[in-house]
Amino acid sequence: MDLATILQILDSTVRLGTPLLLACLAGLFSERAGIFDIGLEGKMLMAAFFSGAVAAITGSVLLGLTAGVLSSLLLSAIHGAASITFRGNQLISGVAINFLASGLTVLIGQKWFQLGGRTPPLSGDGRFAPITLPFAETLREVPVIGPIYYELISGHSILVYVAFAAVPLSWWLLYRTRFGLRLRAVGENPAAVDTAGISVVRMRYAAVMICGLLTGLAGAYLATALSAGFVKEMTAGRGYIALAALIFAKWRPVPALGATMLFGLLEAIANRYQNIDLGGVVLPVQFMQALPYILTVVILAGFIGKATPPRAGGEAYVKER
Amino acid sequence: MSLMTHFLGAAGVLALTTGAALADPAIIFDLGGKFDKSFNEAAFNGAKRWADETGGSFKELEMQSEAQREQALRRLAEAGSNPIVMTGFAFGDVLNTVAPDYPDTKFAIIDMVVEQPNVKSVVFTEEQGSYLVGMLAAMASETGTVGFIGGMDIPLIRKFACGYVQGVKAVNPDATVIQNMTGTTPAAWNDPVKGSELAISQKSQGADVIYAAAGGTGLGVLQAAADQGILSIGVDSNQNHLFPGKVLTSMVKRVDNSVYEAFIDGDALEPGITVMDLASEGVGYALDENNEALITAEMKAAVDDATAKIASGEIAVHDYMADNTCPVE
Repeated sequence: MDLATILQILDSTVRLGTPLLLACLAGLFSERAGIFDIGLEGKMLMAAFFSGAVAAITGSVLLGLTAGVLSSLLLSAIHGAASITFRGNQLISGVAINFLASGLTVLIGQKWFQLGGRTPPLSGDGRFAPITLPFAETLREVPVIGPIYYELISGHSILVYVAFAAVPLSWWLLYRTRFGLRLRAVGENPAAVDTAGISVVRMRYAAVMICGLLTGLAGAYLATALSAGFVKEMTAGRGYIALAALIFAKWRPVPALGATMLFGLLEAIANRYQNIDLGGVVLPVQFMQALPYILTVVILAGFIGKATPPRAGGEAYVKER
Repeated sequence: MSLMTHFLGAAGVLALTTGAALADPAIIFDLGGKFDKSFNEAAFNGAKRWADETGGSFKELEMQSEAQREQALRRLAEAGSNPIVMTGFAFGDVLNTVAPDYPDTKFAIIDMVVEQPNVKSVVFTEEQGSYLVGMLAAMASETGTVGFIGGMDIPLIRKFACGYVQGVKAVNPDATVIQNMTGTTPAAWNDPVKGSELAISQKSQGADVIYAAAGGTGLGVLQAAADQGILSIGVDSNQNHLFPGKVLTSMVKRVDNSVYEAFIDGDALEPGITVMDLASEGVGYALDENNEALITAEMKAAVDDATAKIASGEIAVHDYMADNTCPVE
């Protein structure tokens, strides 16, 4: 395997890992505040649809992105209302959001475009174009560093850089600000936060909204950067893989980057090689595709460290009993 | 009391529906969806052509999940639709159990053989059509490497792949064919992101023509190929117009003709197995104004020659589903 091949695989890893990373960070904010969210998949799907649809109608990818994020925020608000204000079951609300998104996207898509839920293909300004970073062309000839810079780091869409920037930003927000401390506390011991005179409800809504923003970006990335338009069910389980990555990363931002990129790498390798021959033992491609889930189960079973979810996760906060 | 009214209501509905048994035909689309720009859409176009020409009306149903198949079939049969056409291999098992319960209803299934006295099975020789586009791919390729991207890993898709490889090797025995399957679940039909990644990966390994037999996933392949400046080959319906000048050709399967004929036959639908092959123009390659610049006269001559030879039996294209193996890789 030469450098060019490795770079191509890593390049593919970045593209495939980015939606997972955004969704994983989204889940992180929500779950750290004590709101389980298995509706990541549905929110991504909804955002993918509206970004694709609005970009197709207006021809502007930025309007598409805005619409995608707004639709995702709306679903987040529904999830918030159901699980924070009305103290419903968070898992059921999440499942409902997944079903809602799966049905609504196709229904609205059919109504608007008569293409069976697909949106018209995007071109030109309707898509996020790859960005060539400064000096990428000139540095290209420099051995080793040149190709790495040109192939791997340069040439992605803006949302990829946003996603990577979101990792340190999330870390700083969660661990170095008053807001972050309160957010984490709400997920561990909401009664204590309430005693300190801070609104649990407001903190949780804020977390859920951040979650909506990030899933919105993830969905828009799928429909307007990676592909050119929306196809029904195009998230294809990425929301669930992101949840697996969240557990794998033990609800921490920097390991989330590692976990999502690892899962992206596994998918990239599976795309490149159908069967991997390890000197006599052949690894079928299905094994590679199942590996993210296997790894998550291994982590959950406690073989590699201990994954402890936020203590108040999944429970609605009741002020007085 | 309320139970009684339920029963009465049900009996009333039943009486009404049997009264209306002078039947409209019905069509059920598989999970890919009616407007997949591919297989199901071809079936829909056939049904629509029938409706436009005869002024008749037909019932249609789009599957939303695996679990609906049997219920959907029974509902249409009980509502008196006749014949009932379904698109896709996945209906095979269900039809096998449902068909004997409705001996007076005729069924037609596309892409699968179901041996029941009231079922017409329509199968296509996809390997022959794929052979032709494989020849075109090999002739259009400058690198000597071409690609194949399948949807869900099932024998039917392997059949496409096998025919394609045989066609490629017939033109250029030294050519390399990179093959990828998108996945092993029905989600593999609707994952354009993965399709596009697979196409980019194949391109980086030298492929400059990629054949996608993958439903909605194929749209991602065609898109990525157009973005990357290489050629792609569409499938089932004529997909040349999706990216004019970037799609080399499409392997067309005249599913529309089969549906149209089944609807025309109506009650008199002939049970048994119908094989739609090159000779009966059931399969072929698409040539229109969008790709005429890509197909040279020389390429066309070679493919037309092969078409005649396959139709006459001089060239035998191996069918993967006959023995689940492919003689070439």
